[in-house]
Amino acid sequence: MSKVIFNEELCKGCGLCVNACPKQILALSKTRLNGKGHTPVEQIDPDKCIGCAFCAMMCPDCVITVIRE
Amino acid sequence: MVVFEKPKALTDAVLHYCPGCTHGIVHRLVAEAIDELGIEGKTIGVAPVGCSVMAYDYFACDMIEASHGRAPAVATGVKRALPDNIVFAYQGDGDLASIGLCETVSTAARGENVTIIFINNAIYGMTGGQMAPTSLIGQVTQTSPYGRDPKTQGYPINICELLATLDAPYYLERVTVNNVQHVRQAKKAIKKAFQNQVEGKGYSLIEVVSACPTNWGMTPQKALDWIETDMLPRYPLGVYRDKDAEAKKED
Amino acid sequence: MSEKVLMKGNEAIAEAAILAGCRHYFGYPITPQTEVAAYMSKKMPKIGGTFLQAESEIAAINMVYGVASTGKRAMTSSSSPGISLKTEGISYLAGADLPALIVNVQRGGPGLGGIQPSQSDYFLATRGPGHGDFHVLVFAPSSVQEMADLTSKAFELAEKYRMPAMLLADGTMGQMMEPVVLPEPIEKVEEKPWAVTGTKGEREHNIINSLYLKPAELEQTNLDRFARYKIIEETECMWEEFMMEDAEVCVVSTGITARVSRNAIVEARKQGIKVGMIRPITLWPFPKKPLIEAADKVKSFIAVELNMGQMKEDIELAIRCKKPVALCSRVGGMIPSPDEVLEAIKKEV
Repeated sequence: MSKVIFNEELCKGCGLCVNACPKQILALSKTRLNGKGHTPVEQIDPDKCIGCAFCAMMCPDCVITVIRE
Repeated sequence: MVVFEKPKALTDAVLHYCPGCTHGIVHRLVAEAIDELGIEGKTIGVAPVGCSVMAYDYFACDMIEASHGRAPAVATGVKRALPDNIVFAYQGDGDLASIGLCETVSTAARGENVTIIFINNAIYGMTGGQMAPTSLIGQVTQTSPYGRDPKTQGYPINICELLATLDAPYYLERVTVNNVQHVRQAKKAIKKAFQNQVEGKGYSLIEVVSACPTNWGMTPQKALDWIETDMLPRYPLGVYRDKDAEAKKED
Repeated sequence: MSEKVLMKGNEAIAEAAILAGCRHYFGYPITPQTEVAAYMSKKMPKIGGTFLQAESEIAAINMVYGVASTGKRAMTSSSSPGISLKTEGISYLAGADLPALIVNVQRGGPGLGGIQPSQSDYFLATRGPGHGDFHVLVFAPSSVQEMADLTSKAFELAEKYRMPAMLLADGTMGQMMEPVVLPEPIEKVEEKPWAVTGTKGEREHNIINSLYLKPAELEQTNLDRFARYKIIEETECMWEEFMMEDAEVCVVSTGITARVSRNAIVEARKQGIKVGMIRPITLWPFPKKPLIEAADKVKSFIAVELNMGQMKEDIELAIRCKKPVALCSRVGGMIPSPDEVLEAIKKEV
């Protein structure tokens, strides 16, 4: 089981993590804005996460913490 | 088990960079290197003038804000005063390759035992997208609206190649951060550049070919792609000097 | 170290700086201050200090900025055209509230000018040498002894008030030789809580900076700085008076021209002319008080200087134009003779 935690208020919605994800399970929110007015990233299929941290490595804003169990 | 989190050598300050700006990635890589080498308590960073002017708020180590282009001279002063501390300068292309080129070349020629992180995104970001010394031929910017014309605006400056003509530099590598594989390589290079200083080996410079989505007028992902298609042919990745490797070869 | 040694003014600066605990010197060759760098290049390596011939004046002042950021004593020296280049760095030192010593052994200008003595950087030094609203402490030595003493003083006050200091000598002071008693060496340069030395994991990071993007914050730093300047103006003015008790004419002069004036005054006194001199030693803060007091007693003032009347303006400001201020000056590397000054004095009586 792996999971990612988003520090959502830091997210600027650049989408670099979305493209980096090999499992294609990240997307920018289509329904919400964060406090900065950006569309934050969300995990659309958490069960498929392999904890590779590619998303976190491409994130310019240290939004993502990755946990592997 | 946490396998990835924000490095401790970064403060909690929110980065002011635009969405998708790769400064944030490089800041993190520098901080990871500092964390892994356990040197935060003795590291002193020098911030430039340009988009990363406020880097002093982002790194948790002691920081100095230098005047435009003078970071290598300031770093020299600090290193001479505190030779046991670790000193790095973080500079953009206008700062390092234009107004501060004299300081850049001379600091490298002296082989000062400092680490220079050079962000080459081929544009002046902070002032709104003017032509940089590293802007590509034909690149449209605010001050090259018809595309950079070598006849009147000269050619881009390749810093790693230029500094590789000098005797003193210990380690020069050009990396980029436009995909995960390249980020990993960049991390390795940056860490080595700090490690060299810890071991007293001398001058290390890492040029990071970076993206400026805002002033390039591209989406963040398109900007990373443009690095691959347009920047890298002019700025080939690779090691331009590594005295460690040269010494090994001689053995 | 109480015995007298014969030294060139420039060398006296260098030795006094070392005795004041300065272990980091950065410079770029230019006449007529060359001996400072030459002396440092010989001495610094032997005492574990830094002598670095920088790639430019700009680099040199920024290396000073780097050392000053660590709380250690640092200096650079140059002559007029070189000081123009350093003004960027001096402004940043002032903006970041860093102490440092900048020596300017002045030559004639503007432009490349000449290499002979001058006092024509008076405005540059006293108005804040660089962009923005600031001052540096300015000291004007008139003997080799003062070259040494004021170097110590400059380091001391620069640290006390966290601001750059400039030793503003004319070329003559740099080149002349005189016996000098060197100051006692200081024990230890104090550690500074604000300096960047590495957090050692024991404190929040220190930041040396002059950037304030919020106008109210930037305004406050300026107000705080000028509050300090006010204290300096009230407490740190230095000057010397010569034969002023009954004077009807007051010569005001510094550096080499103060020495020439002194000879002229002695001669004038022999001829029964009641003339004296106030010699400012600090040019910023400018010693207004003795001038205002003198303005109530004398008929007129004469500024004797090696420029077109730059200090004359400060005298007029100090005395609120209560009395006329004449100018006796030579420029371009020329120096007035005692006879020329005597003539100027005679015109006033």
